[in-house]
Amino acid sequence: MSDSAQDERIKSISPLRQALVRPELGSIAGTIVVFLFFGFLAFDSGMFSPRGVLNWSTVSAQFMIIAVGACLLMIAGEFDLSVGSMIGFAGMMMAIFSVTFQWPVWTAILVTFILCTALGALNGYIVIKTGLPSFIVTLAFLFILRGFTIFLPQLIERKTIIGGVSDVAEGDWLAPLFGGSVGESFFIWLADLGLIDVFERGSRAGQPVVDGIPAILLWAIGLVIFGHFVLTRTRFGNWIFASGGDAQAARYAGVPVNRVKILMFMFSAFCACVFAACQVMEFGSAGADRGLLKEFEAIIAVVIGGALLTGGYGSVIGAALGALIFGVVQQGLFFAGVESSLFRVFLGVLLLAAVILNTYIRRIITGEK
Amino acid sequence: MAPLFEMQNVEKHFGTVIALGGVNFSVSEGECHCLLGDNGAGKSTLIKTMSGVHTPTSGQLLMRGQPVQFEDPRHAMQQGIATVYQDLAMIPLMSVSRNFFMGNEPVKKWLGFDLFDHEVADQVTMDEMRKMGINLRGPHQAVGTLSGGERQTVAIARAVYFGAKVLILDEPTSALGVRQTANVLATVDRVRRDGIAVVFITHNVRHALAVGDRFTVLNRGKTLGTANKGEITPEELQDLMAGGQELAELESSLGGTV
Repeated sequence: MSDSAQDERIKSISPLRQALVRPELGSIAGTIVVFLFFGFLAFDSGMFSPRGVLNWSTVSAQFMIIAVGACLLMIAGEFDLSVGSMIGFAGMMMAIFSVTFQWPVWTAILVTFILCTALGALNGYIVIKTGLPSFIVTLAFLFILRGFTIFLPQLIERKTIIGGVSDVAEGDWLAPLFGGSVGESFFIWLADLGLIDVFERGSRAGQPVVDGIPAILLWAIGLVIFGHFVLTRTRFGNWIFASGGDAQAARYAGVPVNRVKILMFMFSAFCACVFAACQVMEFGSAGADRGLLKEFEAIIAVVIGGALLTGGYGSVIGAALGALIFGVVQQGLFFAGVESSLFRVFLGVLLLAAVILNTYIRRIITGEK
Repeated sequence: MAPLFEMQNVEKHFGTVIALGGVNFSVSEGECHCLLGDNGAGKSTLIKTMSGVHTPTSGQLLMRGQPVQFEDPRHAMQQGIATVYQDLAMIPLMSVSRNFFMGNEPVKKWLGFDLFDHEVADQVTMDEMRKMGINLRGPHQAVGTLSGGERQTVAIARAVYFGAKVLILDEPTSALGVRQTANVLATVDRVRRDGIAVVFITHNVRHALAVGDRFTVLNRGKTLGTANKGEITPEELQDLMAGGQELAELESSLGGTV
């Protein structure tokens, strides 16, 4: 072996190309396309007014929260199809604990979080112990949890929606962390300056149309930063990549693969629980059909974001952009007055385009043929 | 002086199957001991017994003459026994730097978090690769872009960097082309000269003879004795590996080219 110079068969790569070749490229391109598209199509509809922005960013935030959990889990090499059912289940448990059992709301929230992350751990434990694909194990939990979410409120309250959470949450210290909003005075100040509109009629006349940043938005941003930080900057992040890239090779190198995977299942459940808490505190009720199909939306956002379905590769920032695309398209079609069923068509096309682009990028990065 | 690592009468049974039925084997510092065996001879079981994946059913392992028992691969690694597996050495989707430090990440503390110290990792990776004669485009290049020989070399460099005293190589050259094989054999030679004990497992007699100091043949779960360099011909090794008789017959029908 010689210490010769560069292999003459390795072409030099331009810095531009190097900058472009990254997992997030597909989602960055998608985000630009989507914003340009709606910029032309729906600019006058109020989509880019403060209220419009708040509308689609809140919807995007919902997608983001579950996408972060799904992203880290997928990079660790596993799926969680029970996310949607977990959202419904968690919301229902919070409502049952607080309204039916009359527990303080903060206790209801904390107990639900513990219960759900424990269920996430159970998901992971079964996957690790049996060696079955997580696809099957979490599919089972999709049905089990949804079944309980419909059964329990009927058994206890003889209905499938439990309301009245807002009333019991009044004055609770933990509830505003999920259902509240921040920056009211800032928005009032903006309204006074005339930078944002105020309501002209009704009970809220004189108040600004945007009265604060909803907690769910802050949760989304916080979780994205946390996920990205853990994945790229910590040693645990390296273990996540390794566990999904090749579990056996990672084990031989001393990576605690089982622990990493179970923790990621727990994190996925935790994210579903955050989603549920925000939803229940916002609406003041829990319904048995909440969270339907959310698991697929989370997975699609993650895949648009450049993650590999088989694990070991992906980006939290990419997944967050995937979720943003989701939210903007869903609400944008509404603003543009387009038939909302076209959302699915658009989504399918986007998914396909993103996956094709991402596959191409990945081949460049990894030298696969 | 006792050899650095030794196996005495090691047996490993799986239920009614005797995978290893009496293995005697030793390796010293700066020595490359080749372990030859055909498919099914028990090479994989032997590697896993050496590296702590399996516990022997009977017999004992010795380090510098002292009996040792490995609870798991991590324990064996702490004792300085590192194994480079043929296919499972590296993760293709991850960068060279992330692979190099997989499971042994350098950390710096930041607000109580164990941060992956990318600067140190990248620097060490580039230095070690240069020593091994691999020119990387950068530490973030994915391992998937490296050739099979380069991957083996990275894995060997990694094991040596993390303090391997005994390096077990599981068929490092069997899937490689001519030039890549030469590169890997040169790497083996280099680490041996640095005083590391190398256990080179292969079924290719020519690769073994190129770097080996001693040769042990494993057949049907038993070691058939050890020969020093220059005391044995390639043909004799080949015959021992295949159990003699049948291969001799086969070889004559193939015109002596096997």
